[in-house]
Amino acid sequence: MNQVIRVQQLSKDFGDIKAVRDLSFSVGEGQVYGFLGQNGAGKSTTIRMLLTLVEPSSGTIEIFGMNLKKHRKEILRQTGAIIEKPDLYKYLTAKENLRIFSRLSGVKASEKKIMDQLALVGLTERADSKVKTYSQGMKQRLGLATALVHDPALILLDEPTNGLDPQGIADMRNLILHLSRDLGKTLLVSSHLLGEMEMVADHMLIIHKGKKVVEGRVTELLNPEQSIVELLTPDLPATLVFLRQSEWAATVKEPVNGTIRLEFNKQRIPELNRQLVEKGIPVLSLRPLNSLEDYFLSLTKE
Amino acid sequence: MKPVFLLLISAGILLSAARAQGAKELLQKVKAKYDRVDDYTATAKMKTNVVFIKAPVATIKVYYKKPDKIKIKNESGVSFIPKGSANVNMNNVLGLSDFEAVEGGMEKTGGINCKVIRIFPLSDEESITRATLYIDESRLLVIRSVISTKENGTYELGMSYKKYAGWGLPDKVELSFNTRDYKLPKGVTIDYDNGTGKEKTGQATSKKGKVEISYSSYIINKGVPDSVFNE
Amino acid sequence: MFIELLKIELYKIFKRPRTFIAFGAIAVIILLVQFALKVNGKDFVQFYTDSQADTFDIPYEKILNGYFVCVAVLHMILIHVPLLVALIAGDMISGEASLGTLRLLAGKPVTRTRLLMAKFSASTVYVALLLAWMALFALLGSMLIFGTEDLVVFKETDLHIIKAGDVIWRFFAAFVFAALALTTIAAMALMFSVFSENSLGPIVATVCVVIVFTIVQQLRVPVFEETVNPWSFTTHMLGWKGFFYVEKNAEGATITGSIENPAALLRSGLILTGYIVLFLGISIRSFNKKDILS
Repeated sequence: MNQVIRVQQLSKDFGDIKAVRDLSFSVGEGQVYGFLGQNGAGKSTTIRMLLTLVEPSSGTIEIFGMNLKKHRKEILRQTGAIIEKPDLYKYLTAKENLRIFSRLSGVKASEKKIMDQLALVGLTERADSKVKTYSQGMKQRLGLATALVHDPALILLDEPTNGLDPQGIADMRNLILHLSRDLGKTLLVSSHLLGEMEMVADHMLIIHKGKKVVEGRVTELLNPEQSIVELLTPDLPATLVFLRQSEWAATVKEPVNGTIRLEFNKQRIPELNRQLVEKGIPVLSLRPLNSLEDYFLSLTKE
Repeated sequence: MKPVFLLLISAGILLSAARAQGAKELLQKVKAKYDRVDDYTATAKMKTNVVFIKAPVATIKVYYKKPDKIKIKNESGVSFIPKGSANVNMNNVLGLSDFEAVEGGMEKTGGINCKVIRIFPLSDEESITRATLYIDESRLLVIRSVISTKENGTYELGMSYKKYAGWGLPDKVELSFNTRDYKLPKGVTIDYDNGTGKEKTGQATSKKGKVEISYSSYIINKGVPDSVFNE
Repeated sequence: MFIELLKIELYKIFKRPRTFIAFGAIAVIILLVQFALKVNGKDFVQFYTDSQADTFDIPYEKILNGYFVCVAVLHMILIHVPLLVALIAGDMISGEASLGTLRLLAGKPVTRTRLLMAKFSASTVYVALLLAWMALFALLGSMLIFGTEDLVVFKETDLHIIKAGDVIWRFFAAFVFAALALTTIAAMALMFSVFSENSLGPIVATVCVVIVFTIVQQLRVPVFEETVNPWSFTTHMLGWKGFFYVEKNAEGATITGSIENPAALLRSGLILTGYIVLFLGISIRSFNKKDILS
């Protein structure tokens, strides 16, 4: 597989603050690459370095096999991005914004192309409305349209689901999958919402305090054996007594906020549920916590 | 000793009386010449030479009607016409009815030997307080005059005659007058400093203004409507 | 590509309502001044000629002509136009930063130098249009309302009378010079704009610098007169007035087509150009080095 992004020993200091430290990773063609980290971990700074918005203190970036510094124009012409909230020109309409950004990318997008992009993000009906009348979700979708209007091969999305409602998040997820699976785009998507990543990314990198924590295939990094399952019951003490005397004893963790957490393969949830019911223990809810989130927490725990 | 003294005094009185008589006679002769002009309309060019004014040469029209109506108009353009320019016509002085005149000897003015005559109006109502005329006796023309007025200070006029000498009308008049300082409060005009202002403050600025009127043609005694003077 | 960028910048400028505030404000101010002078013009002229009213017959009506009114209008409003220019130019980079579009722009396949030059050029076009608008109202409007006559220019210690036929070219030259002066302001506002992430800062900073230097210039303190003022751009920004100062010949008559000390005007033009180059140089250098974190 061709490497679209290749980052080596990338560092960025802002004065005394080391925002990114010795970061190396590579993104293959057609991948959806999850870039995970808490707020302030260095995700945005890294993406900004990939877009030449921020000058690296050291390290090299190669995109499409070319040095970013030397071939900035060629690389950026094939790159689309949204960074954090894509605030567009509020006093312009969606169409006007798309026209401007396509031209800035060196493409004179036709009216049809512009309308196609708007259709892709579901904004056809609001094409001629000023962006200031848009909801956050609509702005986010329009931002994605501006990132795509010049038909880039590489798409960088920084926290694309920020500020979106559940429906918006679902739409964004479907769009990312569509871009990757149907259109063959390479995507680097950063997020601190790990459940989202789990659903879209095939590779991921976890960054903490500017440093790489772990990188690899999502399926390999996530161990289905290690799901955290949350049990909510009105009778906490009795439930705990039962669990600690049963075959589940080894999986029980300390209760958190009146809920019991257990760590086991989530395939066995129905089995636990059945046993609890048989023992007459009332179950309010029994569900697997997002495994990636927990995984992330365990990795980044100081 | 006494008779001689008396004789001398009476001779002096007689002499001065004769002189006064001579002066008035000369003025009468000059006036008679000037009186032939009832009115005129003249076309002229006016150059202004005042230290604080930069003005283009103006094409003006001068209208006169006996006894003392005069109007200087800039037909097309803006000019600052000195108030004393009303005195460019000698009738202002020659037309005085109640005055004393004294001969002041001969003086060469503009290359011409002139008789100097000092005039003192006796009536308080005259705007002129004093005038000195330098008269070319042979041609009966006023070559130079210095006129002091109650309101507008002292004006000096120098005249040269050519074509219209027969009518007592000059081809060229140079009017000198006193000017007041021109200075606007600081920060009003907010001038662009092109370096010229600094040179000026170093110079001793002249308080005399000068206006030079060169007449190209006169239309004499063809009538001038009164309305011209009322504008 | 540069033309494309310039077109985009102009498109953005003229799609914003605030751009037209300046045009509206200029039209309203000019009409107000014209109205005031139409009603009370004699008093205005008297104010300048009072000290000479005893010595000269002053042709008030003739002095109050369209050209005179236009100079008066320019005198009154050109001092305030830097604010209008700063409003647009000071927002050029910082406005995009605060809007969040700067990171989108800078991530496009366009060099930052080009982006900045396009923004500067767009500001210059805006300045030129603003002045053309001003010329339309102040010059053409005043000529229609007040007619034309010789122009009297009152300076602090002298006054210049210019033949009516010798005036129009001076206005054009003055407008061109004013464009250069306002472009200097635009370049400065753009420079401040590079360093800021909100629009207000650069606008206020630009206006403050103009006010401070104008005050220093007006104070006429010898120390400043010798050190600051010869190099202060506010001194040279008044150069447009220089086209209305004429030269006179030995006999005191003005020379048609002349300018009093054209070398000083040339020098002012060069100094302003120098400032533009300096401000742009700093802007380009800083903008290229800037980490865009907005």
